[in-house]
Amino acid sequence: MFEKIKEFASEFFVTGDPLIYGADVGIALTLISIVVVLTYFKRWGWLWREWLTSVDHKKIGIMYIIASLLMLFRGGVDALLMRTQLAMPDMQFLEPEHYNQIFTTHGVIMILFMAMPLMFGLFNIVIPLQIGARDVAYPFLNSLSFWLFFWGAMLFNMSFVIGGSPNAGWLAYPPLSELSHSPGVGQDFYIWGIQISGIGSLMTGINFIVTILKMRAPGMKLMKMPMFTWSTLSSCITIIFAFPILTVTLALLFLDRYLGAHFFTLDGGGNPMMYINLIWMWGHPEVYIVVLPAFGIFSEIVSTFSRKKLFGYKSMVFALMSISFFSFFTWAHHFFTMGSGANVNAFFAITTMIIAIPTGVKVFNWLFTMFRGRISYKSPMLWTMGFIPCFVVGGMTGVLLSVAPADFQFHNSYFLIAHFHQVLIGGVAFGYFAGLYYWWPKMFGFKLNEKLGKWAFWLWNIGFYVCFMPQYFLGLDGMTRRVSSYGWDMGWGPLNLVSTIGGFLMGIGFLFQVWQIAHSIKFMERDTTGDPWNGRTLEWSIPSPAPVYNFATLPQATEQDAWWEEKQRREQGQKPAAQPPLEPIHMPRNSGIPFIKSFCWFVAGFGFVFDWLWIAIPGLAGVAICMLIRSFTYNTDYYIPVDEIKRTEAALRGSV
Amino acid sequence: MKMPTKWKRLTALATMVLTTALLSGCSNMMVLDPKGPIGAQQRDLILISSILCAVILVPVLIMTFVIAWRYRDKPGNKSKYTPKWEHSTKLETIWWGIPIVIIGILAVITVRYTYATEPSKPLESANETMVIQVTSLDWKWLFQYPEQDIATVNYLQFPANVPIRFELTSDAPMNSFWIPQLGGQMYTMSGMAMKLHLQADEPGSFFGSGANFTGREFGKMNFEAKATTQEEFDAWVKQIKSESPALTLEGYSKLAEQGVTHEQSFSSFPEGLFNKIVNKYASSHQHGAKTEASTDKQEKSEKDAEAADSTADGQEGHDANHAGH
Repeated sequence: MFEKIKEFASEFFVTGDPLIYGADVGIALTLISIVVVLTYFKRWGWLWREWLTSVDHKKIGIMYIIASLLMLFRGGVDALLMRTQLAMPDMQFLEPEHYNQIFTTHGVIMILFMAMPLMFGLFNIVIPLQIGARDVAYPFLNSLSFWLFFWGAMLFNMSFVIGGSPNAGWLAYPPLSELSHSPGVGQDFYIWGIQISGIGSLMTGINFIVTILKMRAPGMKLMKMPMFTWSTLSSCITIIFAFPILTVTLALLFLDRYLGAHFFTLDGGGNPMMYINLIWMWGHPEVYIVVLPAFGIFSEIVSTFSRKKLFGYKSMVFALMSISFFSFFTWAHHFFTMGSGANVNAFFAITTMIIAIPTGVKVFNWLFTMFRGRISYKSPMLWTMGFIPCFVVGGMTGVLLSVAPADFQFHNSYFLIAHFHQVLIGGVAFGYFAGLYYWWPKMFGFKLNEKLGKWAFWLWNIGFYVCFMPQYFLGLDGMTRRVSSYGWDMGWGPLNLVSTIGGFLMGIGFLFQVWQIAHSIKFMERDTTGDPWNGRTLEWSIPSPAPVYNFATLPQATEQDAWWEEKQRREQGQKPAAQPPLEPIHMPRNSGIPFIKSFCWFVAGFGFVFDWLWIAIPGLAGVAICMLIRSFTYNTDYYIPVDEIKRTEAALRGSV
Repeated sequence: MKMPTKWKRLTALATMVLTTALLSGCSNMMVLDPKGPIGAQQRDLILISSILCAVILVPVLIMTFVIAWRYRDKPGNKSKYTPKWEHSTKLETIWWGIPIVIIGILAVITVRYTYATEPSKPLESANETMVIQVTSLDWKWLFQYPEQDIATVNYLQFPANVPIRFELTSDAPMNSFWIPQLGGQMYTMSGMAMKLHLQADEPGSFFGSGANFTGREFGKMNFEAKATTQEEFDAWVKQIKSESPALTLEGYSKLAEQGVTHEQSFSSFPEGLFNKIVNKYASSHQHGAKTEASTDKQEKSEKDAEAADSTADGQEGHDANHAGH
């Protein structure tokens, strides 16, 4: 009996690597300490009532951001492990098998469990406040989206200690990801982790499209919307067209693995090339999904910190929309070398280049927003200034990659790796960091320490160039991606060592950010104005952090930069328009169902991963029961009485 | 902006040192140091497109730094401040126009090169094209020389100045066949025989690699591609013919098993092995897993496979007919 258990455990848990044993201990200690702290301070009820069951978009946004920063930590550790292995020729730090797992999880986590939730976090925090709404269109669905993401991410991350991580690359090309080549459970964790969180992403896309189209403050025409709202709209439209493709593709891969179907297998009439086409039909729009909101963030920040209206508003909107349109016609540029022939390659080369045009226009418009402005270099603006040169260079190398015949020499090499890290770190990560610094006071009511922020910024920025510029040259010197080691004779040693140093500089930058947050929680002054940056849009017209109902009376927003214009009028001595009398505010009730239902999905997913129907079926039954209960729950809303609004407002604004 | 002459000299010197360092470094890099006509055209294209990009990149970077400095929020900054200026049709037309023009030029160049360097197109040469059949396996390369009737594993040898038609397939997950100094890569896919035409302009030893991830030991799929004179090549073939063992079908199935191996040479290989490898997957479109028990069935399936093969060839288009033979 004991032998049996031992044998089971040695397959169930990942064993044999001291690094993983170390991580096991770390995870166990963290979990235990969380439980101890919550119990000791009697915070379980608080956690459940205030956070886990909350449908408040501001709290959901904060939870998204916390989760994504944790994932950034894990993805970053993965990155540093890889860079350590590559630092010197013939390094013996990681086995090839382990290395393959690490680059797979690094990619999946950074795109799907770091960039996406950080983006959703910012949508949640900002969009309702920016358009003058009291919540998103579907608050219950919003909470469900978050918990689906959370439990999907947990399922994926579990593979690290239980069963084994996926190792077929972040897009899991078959037949490598098929049962024939990946018989273990890692690939099933991949499928179920992404599927569960992917449903959440799709629902968030729908939720924010409806929110933006239907819930804007009176007077806010589409062409008066703040640019971040526009970018969110374009990103969400891209989501609702792209994510179903991902869901279907992974579902087909699941059928291959679970029921022995032959969609993408080598034998039985399957065609792996079909998978590569499908996954990139989602995968390419996906990178625009994450970068478009970053463009929106930069637009807000450039205008605020230059104290000048955004230049070329109509061009900006048109550029956003055309990027999200063209993003669906470029997927084949990820495999020019598949030999589809000159006609196909020429078509996709041109569609790819076309995207450079609206993107270039956006850069010019940012520059001309700063031109004849008054630029103050606070943290958010600093990251924006780090972004512009970085992204312009990254965009240019992207244009080089789009030149199909030249791509035959760039493809699969470190040139490609350097390019997409430059646009994803320089564009997306810098953008979201900028957004985080910018809206942090709105979330928590205090700014982040500028001095520590400067250290973090320069470490990230310098570290980035030290890490990735050498990789362009490594690529031109024939170094291909995903190799876990290389010989002394290749001459790739020095540049790789430099690159590794750069990677660690960025890692130190991240530590500075953690320190900055911890330090600021303790020492930074409360912001009592609600408008610490002299902002332009509606979110700055209310106290920080915003009260649960956001706006006591719904604002009128007839102009672009509504709050800025209002402040201008007040400065000129005009009295603010008389506020209509307060009315009871209609709010959604908290619900535990999203948390429980998503957890049931997690259980079902876990059951399918190990092919244990005795776990999967109860999990699915749990999902069904949750849906039934929700269908028969009628008490889903309540009204905040006028007295309570008055009290809250007095408390929040009294000190001003 | 006026700079003191000392600074001017220093920056000039620094730029010079940097450029020389970069250029000397670049000329050693495989992709920028091609030894064949396809690689040379791709290098030219990389340089042309880089210059076109630089035309827009450099002014934008300079503009960024100048604007960021000039309009900073400092007391006493006398430069203009126009907080409400938000639109200028003239300016916006210019910066929609510039990228459109540059991308337009680049698109024309790209399309021309795309057709000119299409991998399935035979190279023009006084010499007759030689065929090498490439199969990527887990985790090694099998190279068959149908005209010489020899085969090698994990190394290539061929005469310089002779166009080579590589026919690429895979008996494992998709890999990518890449010899950077001769030209760009091409995927090796099971069930297909892709064509990649390359040529070495001078004798030499070139680095080749499997560029697409195929699992555990894929990093060990580097190989040497050696171009020699025709005489040396003939002598080498003769030597293999006389000294090396033959590759049998059993030998091949052993070779195809997952694992790594050193360089090997074979004095012959089973007839039609390459087509068999291709058809193994192409035929599965017609019928499912083959049963090895019945010889009748096997014969039938092979016939079907041939039929499938001919249709597959037909689909691959005109280029096969021009292939020089």
